[in-house]
Amino acid sequence: MIKYIGKRILMLIPVLLGVVLLVFSMMYFSPGSAEDYILGDMATEEDKEAFREENGLNAPFIVQYFNYVKDAVRGDLGISYTTKQPVADEIFERFPTTFKLALLSTLWSIVIGITIGIISAVRQYSILDHVTRLVAMLGVSVPTFWEGLMLIILFSVQFALLPSSGFTTWKHWILPSFTIGTHSAATVMRMMRSSMLEAIRQDYITTAKAKGQTNFIVVTKHALRNAIIPVMTLVGVNFGRLLGGSAITEIVFSIPGLGNLIIAGIKVKNAPLVQGGILVIALAMALCNLIVDVLYAYVDPRIRSQYVKPRVKLAAAKSATTEEK
Amino acid sequence: MEKEKQSTPVIHKKKNSQFRNILRRFMKNQTAVFGLVIIFLLVIFALFPSQLSHADYTVQDLANRYSGPSAEHWLGTDELGRDMYTRIVWGCRTSLTIGLASVAIACAIGVTLGTLAGYFGGVLDNVLMRIVDILMAVPNLLLGISIVAALGNSITVLVFAIALGNIAAFSRVTRSSVITVRDTEYVEAARATGASDGRIMWKYVLPNALAPIIVQVTTSLAGSILNISGLSFVGLGVPAPTPEWGSMLSNARTIMRDYPLQIMFPGIAIMLTVFAFNLFGDGLRDALDPRLKN
Repeated sequence: MIKYIGKRILMLIPVLLGVVLLVFSMMYFSPGSAEDYILGDMATEEDKEAFREENGLNAPFIVQYFNYVKDAVRGDLGISYTTKQPVADEIFERFPTTFKLALLSTLWSIVIGITIGIISAVRQYSILDHVTRLVAMLGVSVPTFWEGLMLIILFSVQFALLPSSGFTTWKHWILPSFTIGTHSAATVMRMMRSSMLEAIRQDYITTAKAKGQTNFIVVTKHALRNAIIPVMTLVGVNFGRLLGGSAITEIVFSIPGLGNLIIAGIKVKNAPLVQGGILVIALAMALCNLIVDVLYAYVDPRIRSQYVKPRVKLAAAKSATTEEK
Repeated sequence: MEKEKQSTPVIHKKKNSQFRNILRRFMKNQTAVFGLVIIFLLVIFALFPSQLSHADYTVQDLANRYSGPSAEHWLGTDELGRDMYTRIVWGCRTSLTIGLASVAIACAIGVTLGTLAGYFGGVLDNVLMRIVDILMAVPNLLLGISIVAALGNSITVLVFAIALGNIAAFSRVTRSSVITVRDTEYVEAARATGASDGRIMWKYVLPNALAPIIVQVTTSLAGSILNISGLSFVGLGVPAPTPEWGSMLSNARTIMRDYPLQIMFPGIAIMLTVFAFNLFGDGLRDALDPRLKN
């Protein structure tokens, strides 16, 4: 098991180097230079030259890239052009906000998605099933930012129940987390339904029913335990994606999260901030996927048993990574 | 008619019947057919916007700003008094064109990478898949935003930005599909006859690995249209004055408290389009799934 985790972490390194290279070259080769954006039109040539020298922008591309990687390994992501603060500090100041938003949204998606998914599967082909499937399909089709705007119009403007922007009280969190949560709830619901449909057709369900167990117990105790495993994987992956993917919703609700910070940075070509931010997001998503994969192997006895014999261990790890990737 | 049918060669008939089977299974799925109908209508809107609405989407009527729906302006007017219906119809062309172009590019590159990786395996597979991992590690929208910000607002850049985000999905889907086909007997037989790798991939492997790729096209189209509107919403999408649903939303955002209808219509247009492609893709997946035959 440890060998598997170690291998996965090692495989993370080239990916992160690649992500940095991708973002780095995009920022490097784009027209318009950082000093023009940051220093403004009034700056003299000497000022600009001094700025370039100070930020190491005169070195060749490869040297800049390696310098960046060298510093990043030590946790130094450079200095933000606009605020003159270390990028790492700025990012970790914002990260908890994004993390909390992702966590709350995931809670919504679990509660809504799993409940409706189970009901829909148990009552397959009923009107309820058809309706919820269509609604789920609409749920994945709605642009989250539009859903957010509509919710603001409905709950903040029409009924004046909830605040539309900010992040100070629990009331502020309801609309943004619900907006993102419903979007992932739709995917969770679809996965839960198909997984549950498979589970309730198994022999052990027939056995449980034949024992005279009530329908409710059969579904919640016997079927759910087996059907929930792939759903939990999806929830984990969704959570990782939300850490980086809720940027537009953060803008709609004016939440000062990581995504909001990065988009603001992109607009003024604040290269260190954007590179650092995207790197942290990629790292967070990758770690999330890793944790999900490890938990998956741990929770499912069918997979866990493969790790008992040392020979099979490597093969299983290999197939798990190729399939998951 | 009868005679014509009999005279067609056997092989052709077989191919035809498989297609017909898939079509029959697809047509049984009402929601999928509904999706197809919407897509069909959207394509008509995209092809003939000037016939179905006004020819000029930039006509301003500053005296009539933010007017509600009326006989003259079916969906009202925007902040410059431009007809919303006209702009939504033209926006359909914008979204579909950019969506189709970027998915076509992503499909061509992704399928090539995926086929090579899946067919040859080994080191090549490892290298290509790590590249795909890198693309997967950055959220599509952030990738798009940083590309557009770096290279400037233009439709070409937008197509490229959206395409880059879709390549990873195509190559993964293709790779896993190719792997299941790679070791079949007919591929072995083709190799025994001395066919080159290129020919085997093109003639034997790809046609049999196509089903999931087709489904991926519809899913990617839906996702791309969402991303285009998202990019335009942050102001990094289609440059003005080209009508685009996302930028219409972003324009209307500041005044949405007073004119909620301005927010409503473009959003419904995006949702309906994405919804149609998702429904169609879902139906297609079921129809193409050999396990669900009969």
